[in-house]
Amino acid sequence: MEISYYPGCTLKVDARNFEESAIDSFRELGVVLVELARWNCCGTVFSFTTDNVMYHLAPVRNLLRVREAGKEQVLTLCSMCFNTLKRAAELFNKDAEKRDKILNIMKDKEPLAYDGKTRVIHGIELIRDEIGFDVLKKKTGENLKGLRLAPYYGCMLLRPDGVGIDNPENPRAFQDLINAMGADAVSFPFQSECCGAYQTVEHPEAVVERARIIINSARKAGADALVVSCPLCAYNLDQGQMDVKSIDSSFETFPVLYFTECLYASLGLGFREEWKALHYAPLEGVLARIRRETTSKLIGAAPNKE
Amino acid sequence: MIYFIALIQVICMQIKTEEVLSDLIHKIIDISGTNIWKCYQCGKCSAGCPMVDFMELLPHQVIRLAQIGKWKEICEANTAWICAACLTCSVRCPRGIKIAEVMEALRQVVLRNRLSNKRLNISEERIRRLPPIALISAYRKILE
Repeated sequence: MEISYYPGCTLKVDARNFEESAIDSFRELGVVLVELARWNCCGTVFSFTTDNVMYHLAPVRNLLRVREAGKEQVLTLCSMCFNTLKRAAELFNKDAEKRDKILNIMKDKEPLAYDGKTRVIHGIELIRDEIGFDVLKKKTGENLKGLRLAPYYGCMLLRPDGVGIDNPENPRAFQDLINAMGADAVSFPFQSECCGAYQTVEHPEAVVERARIIINSARKAGADALVVSCPLCAYNLDQGQMDVKSIDSSFETFPVLYFTECLYASLGLGFREEWKALHYAPLEGVLARIRRETTSKLIGAAPNKE
Repeated sequence: MIYFIALIQVICMQIKTEEVLSDLIHKIIDISGTNIWKCYQCGKCSAGCPMVDFMELLPHQVIRLAQIGKWKEICEANTAWICAACLTCSVRCPRGIKIAEVMEALRQVVLRNRLSNKRLNISEERIRRLPPIALISAYRKILE
């Protein structure tokens, strides 16, 4: 199965490990991610203003690129891209007045008019709805056995209601994914609380406090690592720990992984050496446990790239 | 303490017709597309807000002040600029008020009317370190 794939800005730079692990893992699961031939930044955040459609042009252009490629479905891995693209698609289909305005502005530059048919799905949704957790469970075996992973949903994967992949107050999808990967999912009270998002730029002190609370909560729940699906959550919670440590020397760092890195390891592909440099908190403890509890062919090595 | 003082201020406030009918407050309602008069001050938005520790006015206080047209007080508080747009308040509001959207509208009114000389204070070293997703979203939400 082939699916159009929209990477977004950060997966090409600071979160290369997120993209690389996803492409290889999904290939292993029989899904080939085909990157859009041309794409632009979605704007990262969905604009809430009701009187200015200019903010929605960037995501709608990406939705049009999917239709130009002859596809009706586009996959994103980043939660923020997912939210922005999906909400823009919804706005386009539900608000006729705004749709006409957007088409009117776009018609000068775009030979093809967007028809509103693109469906945006997140990587976790792809596994849940198209591949199936039961199928994944059969492929993963015991590579992550005994590892307790805490899923961190963040905001954009769940909110607002109807756009998110699951119930915003009582989500299950991420836990089910972790269990299907053969690890043990650990729910914790702060799993869907915001990490402070873009306030890391303007109010880093607030985000450091968020990181401390969220990490300590996951640790207290007995998790070995935190699993995220958004490069901004990853930055705030992983790099944020370094700032927590500079304030409070007694703070112990806690590994933060992308769900696709866990998927990659669970499929017996190990963990690539070059990804370690993209993490802040040391991963040795968790990686050692992956190695110890997997069979010999799965140990740490990168697979042959075609 | 600061919340307590703010509360006393709210209690002692004079409600003026011209303030309640002020253009700026109505602009916030227009931009956010939400009816702020539905709020009955249950405080669920403030109870769940992850950034509340750093806010000078709590989200429900901002809504109350907006209802009675106290633009100056809302505008001077840092609440809208601390909001991370995580939508926890909006999904939880029992009256269906989109509080995060109100915060965005507040920022928009300030920026569009040039009521504040807002800029991002980041060192070059931090710009190099921050991922694009953080810089773009901060720029979009705080300055655009």
